[in-house]
Amino acid sequence: MIKIDNVIHTYKKHSDEEVQALCGISLDIQEGEFLVIIGHNGSGKSTLAKHLNTLLIPSEGQVLIDGLDSTDPDMVWNIRSRVGMVFQNPDNQLIATTVEDDVAFGCENLGIESGEIRARVDDALATVGMAGFGNKEPHYLSGGQKQRVAIAGVIAMRPKYLVLDEPTAMLDPRGRQEVMETIHRLNKEEGLTIVHITHYMEEASQADRVVVMEDGKIVAQGCPREIFSQVKLLKSLRMDVPPMTELASILNEAGLEVDKTLLTVEEMVDALC
Amino acid sequence: MFRDITIGQYLPGESFIHRLDPRTKILSVLFFMVGIFGLKHLYSYLFVLALTLTVILVARIPLGYLLKGLKPIFIILIFTVGLHLFLTPGQILVEIGPLSITLEGIMKASFMALRLIFLVLFASLLTLTTAPMSLTDGLEKLLAPFAKVGLPAHELAMMMSIALRFIPTLIDETDKIMKAQKARGADFESGNIWQRAKSMIPILVPLFVSAFRRADELAMAMEARCYRGSEGRTRMKQLVYRKTDLIVTLGMGSAMVAAFFFL
Ligand SMILES: Nc1ncnc2c1ncn2[C@@H]1O[C@H](COP(=O)(O)OP(=O)(O)OP(=O)(O)O)[C@@H](O)[C@H]1O
Ligand SMILES: [Mg+2]
Repeated sequence: MIKIDNVIHTYKKHSDEEVQALCGISLDIQEGEFLVIIGHNGSGKSTLAKHLNTLLIPSEGQVLIDGLDSTDPDMVWNIRSRVGMVFQNPDNQLIATTVEDDVAFGCENLGIESGEIRARVDDALATVGMAGFGNKEPHYLSGGQKQRVAIAGVIAMRPKYLVLDEPTAMLDPRGRQEVMETIHRLNKEEGLTIVHITHYMEEASQADRVVVMEDGKIVAQGCPREIFSQVKLLKSLRMDVPPMTELASILNEAGLEVDKTLLTVEEMVDALC
Repeated sequence: MFRDITIGQYLPGESFIHRLDPRTKILSVLFFMVGIFGLKHLYSYLFVLALTLTVILVARIPLGYLLKGLKPIFIILIFTVGLHLFLTPGQILVEIGPLSITLEGIMKASFMALRLIFLVLFASLLTLTTAPMSLTDGLEKLLAPFAKVGLPAHELAMMMSIALRFIPTLIDETDKIMKAQKARGADFESGNIWQRAKSMIPILVPLFVSAFRRADELAMAMEARCYRGSEGRTRMKQLVYRKTDLIVTLGMGSAMVAAFFFL
């Protein structure tokens, strides 16, 4: 379990100016859950994500990863091997000139023995549906494929938690779908805990739990239906609401009673007919 | 426009040359470089030619592909030949105005041209038959003894492999920026050298900005994957120095010693 307890994070800029990016965040991330974090630009999502694997440490408060304190310098590598991280730009996180060398990179840093790395690399590539691409150069892959290679590189290290900071933001619809299918499969089949940051509401609607951030604070959390039924709140935070949920809310205001938590067209059809 | 660049290109294959240890190949190229500057007679280049052709044949590299790699050095080649042709004193053969061509000049110019061509050919054979990762691994291993006296062997190899990884990405990006600037009316093709150089500024500035951002993100991604230098790091693909490698290294070494002293 990851326990985030009253974390405050202040960035110091060159001009002595301080920006408080996290203002007292408390959040527990349960093992095996699929957590989605949404929030407007600059609301502190990336800052929070970087606290989960010690890329940043709290200015105040505490982050415990399986009971390990992220401020303990001796635990940095232990924590980073438990919490894998995938970033937004697929080009800027692939290190090696071939796919398999890239997937091996993390394992090599962990000091794993060569035969075992080979087995894990093949395994990880198969898991993300990229078996047979081992000798390809990352340069020739599509965005979705690159992002799946990045995921393979992380899961080859066998982490318990996978944190993804807007992994779909730079992808086309097809690439997005590939990546989303992959991380859902990792969650269901491998039991990996997922923390997924996104701007896409349809991705959020598939989560176990959604956390809404604004100005460095958590302003709402709950299952997707609870969150999206709060149409007014989301609108005031400049966020999109799934179209059918918004329609349901309008219908309700107009006096027609339908379920405010419905998300899809099918559910709307069922509710109306 | 940048598509012709073949530096660091690798043609995957299974030939004898492909399967040699990268250290063997790097050392062979080094021997070759030293040896070729020791050649004293024009006919001894036949020996070098035979050697180069043998390697090309064994490695099954298409000759056309290899020759394409000579294109970038064409200007340097012309410049070097011209310089030696006209500026070497000796027995004058032809006089064109203030310039004169000497017998010694012709000799020296051909020497230099042949040396350059063979050097580039042999060096491209190295990169064409060796996967970039294996090349940098080989370099790291070869430099490892110097790490004791403070040479950052691992860091140098890592830098080189990241550079190789990002060359295509940055070339793509340059292309994109150029197109974007052209769409805004920028002109890269006309004007004198000074004007053309100046018109590169709107390309270089965004390119540098983005390269720094990339470097920043890459460093973070590497850290997130537990990278902490060479300390405690293992490799998936381990280099194995076989008997054939020893034979090839010694063979190349002695061939070049022979060339240096006797040809
Ligand atoms: N390295 C930094 N130095 C100074 N301030 C920073 C730094 N990184 C982020 N900030 C500031 O901290 C706040 C939160 O930024 P953060 O990147 O966490 O937001 P975000 O929710 O991830 O936004 P986005 O959706 O744009 O990715 C912003 O006001 C931002 O300007
Ligand atoms: Mg962000």
